[in-house]
Parts: sequence; C-alpha cells; structure tokens
Amino acid sequence: MTVTEAPAAARTTAAPVRRGRGTFRTRVLVPYAMLAPGILLFVAFMAAPIFYTLYLSFQKTKVSGLGLGSGARTAVFAGIDNYVATLTNTEFGASVGRVLLYGFILIPLMLGLALLFALLLDSKRTRAAGFSRTAIFLPYAVPAVISSLLWGFLYLPAVSPFYFVFDKLGWDVPSLLSSGGVTFAIANIALWGGVGFNMIVMYTSLKSVPSDIYEAAKLDGASEVQIALRIKIPIIAPAIVMTALFSMVATLQVFAEPTTLRPLTNSLSTSWSPLMLVYRDAFTRDDIYSAAATSIVIALVTFAFSFLFLRVVQKRAFGQED
Amino acid sequence: MSTVTTLTRPDRVQRKAERESARIFRQKASPVSTGILIIGAIYCLFPVFWVLMASSKDSSELFSTFTLMPSTHLWDNIVELSQYRGGLFWRWVLNTAIYAGVGALASTWISAISGYVLAKFEFPGKKVVFSILLMGVLVPGVILAIPQYFLLAEVGLTNTMWSVLLPQIISPYGIYLARIYAAASVPTEVIEASRTEGAGELYIFNRIALPMMGPGLVTIFLFQFVAVWNNFMLPYIMLGDDKLFPVTVGLSGLLNQGASAPSMYTLVITGALLSIIPLIILFLVLQRYWKVDLAAGAVKA
Repeated sequence: MTVTEAPAAARTTAAPVRRGRGTFRTRVLVPYAMLAPGILLFVAFMAAPIFYTLYLSFQKTKVSGLGLGSGARTAVFAGIDNYVATLTNTEFGASVGRVLLYGFILIPLMLGLALLFALLLDSKRTRAAGFSRTAIFLPYAVPAVISSLLWGFLYLPAVSPFYFVFDKLGWDVPSLLSSGGVTFAIANIALWGGVGFNMIVMYTSLKSVPSDIYEAAKLDGASEVQIALRIKIPIIAPAIVMTALFSMVATLQVFAEPTTLRPLTNSLSTSWSPLMLVYRDAFTRDDIYSAAATSIVIALVTFAFSFLFLRVVQKRAFGQED
Repeated sequence: MSTVTTLTRPDRVQRKAERESARIFRQKASPVSTGILIIGAIYCLFPVFWVLMASSKDSSELFSTFTLMPSTHLWDNIVELSQYRGGLFWRWVLNTAIYAGVGALASTWISAISGYVLAKFEFPGKKVVFSILLMGVLVPGVILAIPQYFLLAEVGLTNTMWSVLLPQIISPYGIYLARIYAAASVPTEVIEASRTEGAGELYIFNRIALPMMGPGLVTIFLFQFVAVWNNFMLPYIMLGDDKLFPVTVGLSGLLNQGASAPSMYTLVITGALLSIIPLIILFLVLQRYWKVDLAAGAVKA
C-alpha cells in the first residue's frame, strides 16, 4: 500500500496531462472511484440479496436419519419444487386474493379522491385551498404503523366516537374489525395515508400546465367542469398512470398495517397478505426456502407492473435530458 | 389596493372594466368545491385530533368517557411513558432520528455523487452502470428484507444499528433523481473551469456541484427520510433487542402487550402523539419542497 505517498507525486505529474483528452486515470478511475460507494452498497444490499434469494428458492432441506444432531439437515437442490409448492399453496392464493380485493377497493377510491381534490385545489373558485392542501397531505408524515394504531383505536367499539354515535342512535353497526370488514378497515388506513401524496403529485402536474390554455377555453364558453374533464385530466394523464402504478406496487407489499392491527382483532391471520406469509414461513416456520420462492413470485409480479412504470418514465423524462 | 374615497369618472370606468375581467378570470367562491375539500381536510385531521384528546385521559377514562372529551392527564401520561422501563420510549425516538436522519443524509450524499458522475462524466461502461442501478428502482425494498437478514446474519451484523442503517442508504430512485438535477443545474463549463484551476474532483463535487443541486437534494432527503421512517419490516426483522427499536416497532410491540394489559393502551396512544408531532412540524416547515412531478422526475422548488 503505497497509496499514502501517491497523491503528492501524482498531482505534480498528472496535472498537465489532465487538461488533454484525459488519461486512463481521469477517464476511468476517477468516475468509478466516485461511484464506488453507491456501487458497493448496491451490490451488497440489492444485488447480493436478490441472487441469494434466487439461490435459496431452488434449495430444500434434506433430513437424514431422524433429523437430529448437526449435519443431519443439509440443503440440496430442489429444482422448481418450491415454486410448485408456492403456486399450489391455497394459503398463498388466498392471501393474493385478499390483497387484490384490497387493491380494488383502495386504488380507484384513493386516486379518484386525489384527482378530485387536485382539480378542486386548482380551481380558482375554491377558498381555503392552502389549509385543505396541507391538512390532506399531513397524514403522509405519519408512518403506517402509527396510522394503523390511530385507526385501530377508532375502529374499537369501546373507544370509537363513531360507535358512540351509532349506539346513541340505536344502530347496530358491525365492527370493521370483524372478518368481513377488516379489508375495508385496512384499505381506509392506506387511503388516509396515501390520498394526500397522490393529490400533491397530480396537483404539481396540473400547476406545470400554462394557464392560458384554460383561459382560452373559458373565453370560448367552456365550463369549469368541461375544462377539468376535457383538458386538465388528459394533460395530467401520465401523472395519474404513475400514481396508479406506484399504488399497485405498494398494494402487493402491504405488511405494516395488517401486522399492527393484529393485536386488536381476531380476523387477521398470520398469512393475511403475501408478505406476511413470507415472513411467517421464514421466521416462524424456519422454512426459508419456501419463503424465498414466494418472495421471487411476488417480486416477479411487481416487476411486471413496474416495467410498465419505467416505460412511462423513460418516455417522459429521458427525451428531455441533455 | 387604492383606497380612493371619491372616484372620478375615468376611475369608475376602469374599475368596472377590472371587475369585468375579474369576473371572467377569477370567479366567485364555490361553496361546493370548498366544502368537499374541507370535508377531506376534516377526514385527514380527525385521527390526529382524536389522539390529542385520547392522550389526555388516564386508562380508566379511555374506556369510560366519550372519546372526544378531553381530560387532564396528558402530562401524567407523558411522565408515565417517559418512566416506562427507564425511558425506553425516548431511546426509540433517538434511534428513529438516527435511522431516518443519518440514513437519509448518507443516502442523499451517495445519491448526489452517483447522479452527478452519471450526468457529468463520460466514461466506459456508463450506460451499463446506469441501467443496472435503474433496475434497482423496480426492486421492492420489502422483498429484500428477508435475504438481507440472512446475509447480514452471516457477518454477525443483525441486531445492530448497522443492520437497519446500511441497507437503506442505497436508493436507486434517489440516484435517478440526482442525475436529473445534476444534468439540469450544474453547468459543464463550471466544472471545466474548476479543473483548469487545479481543483480536485471531490472538492469540485462537494463545494461547487453539491450546493447547485441544493433544492433537489432536499427533496431526495425528504423522500428517503419518509421511506426509512415508514419502513416497518426491515427493523422488525433485523432487531431483537428492544433498545435498538425505532418508535414504530417499539409502539407496535407495546400494542401487542396491550392485548393482555389494557393500561398499556394509554402509553401507546401517548407515544403515538409524541412521535407524530416532530414529523408534522418538519413537514409544515419543509412543505415547499414537496412539489414533486414523479413522471418527469423534476422538482420545482
């Protein structure tokens, strides 16, 4: 390691050379040295885990003898056994089904409301817009665990002001924490946390459109609603597509909300969402091989969605760069 | 804004014309659209209002009085929470600040330097490096948590602060954004000029390029801060020692205990209140940086 003495010597000799077309040092070593922290972290915490999961997903435990003592359990090549097991696992199917239902409730409602709020914020006839914008965006600062805590208590009939009112009115409202309502309960938590962020994305997109387009339409006699439907929504369509894809990816990975709500209800199993199932297989059942295969399946589905997302991004962004 | 009391005729004509154009361009308030937004705002503020009320009650009042009725025990609850197992809650707050704050700062710097190099340098393999990093945007972080656990277990780093900090420093989306900011805000001539003056590459980046990328970097920082603060699964998997927990994992554990000891609920509720206050303040202060155009990756600050 003579690196410590090198810089002083290198500076005097390399300085004139650098001004030219560039040496190997300036053209290759300098950029890669500056990229090194990023590349190292990427390899260690993204690439390696992915390949490790792939490797694990093709392994299984072989028990020799009674399975007692060290060396009695060894990992052997399993082919696609784990994938077959995952795809035929009814628990996995059920968890995907629940999450799809959850997504079907959540995404249209969340994006619809976000779009409505963004358009209203953009309308010149709305008052107190600054207050509403801040208030609706605020839940984004609250992490999923805390928002699940808050709503969890608001769902508990013993503490909830809603149930207090229902009770006074003599209504018999079933608990949202019952098995039929829990999907709605979780969707509401995600809606609360997500609607403001999506609203801000769409609102920012609306703001970047020059307003003379609207003024021209207005002078032609178009109503506010017509302008929103015919001009504003088509213009911000790429932003809406993006928020939809982000939401779909997040939906497939729901974990924190149902995990936090579990102590408050009996209707959430340990395999309620696909990711909860992966967690249970890996840590409660010590079956990391099935967990790995299930993760890969979830990742591939997510990839399919994200690929679409990247194409939208590339079309919009990379064309404009220098 | 003139406060003229006696209007001359030309003034009045002009006023009328102004009012006419105001009628076209700035129409009168619409109660419906204002009302819908206010309802949305109430929906979003309601749980925060509830937690403020609920945290002022002692544990018997929590289940016996109307929930939105404030009581007088807020300070008692804070004291009780602070005394819980020798101030464990404040330890969690400190841990969260370290994970989210230090993690996001490191992440921002690494995203910035990577984005800057990818935008401003020409070198062999640049396209490949960028494409591979960009693929990372597609990989959902939560899917990585379990293999990261087993890999970190191999080197004995699980159940340490490093196991939560390190995996969250790399942010492909941050690099992607930083590359766009660097391309847009750092002129190549400035870099060339500094090189001619004999400045080192790291010096040019830290002292010249970094400040130019400023507002964009605040956005990357905020994104990453929220991402770390929101990431429940990683610390939940990595940490066994509750002294290392962030607030989220800690409160979730307290809630679990509440199932058998309902007096814990008061602590959980007070803890929830105390942990969202600093974030709400941070959010309000930095609100202008949240103007995000995701599709273009551009930020107008």
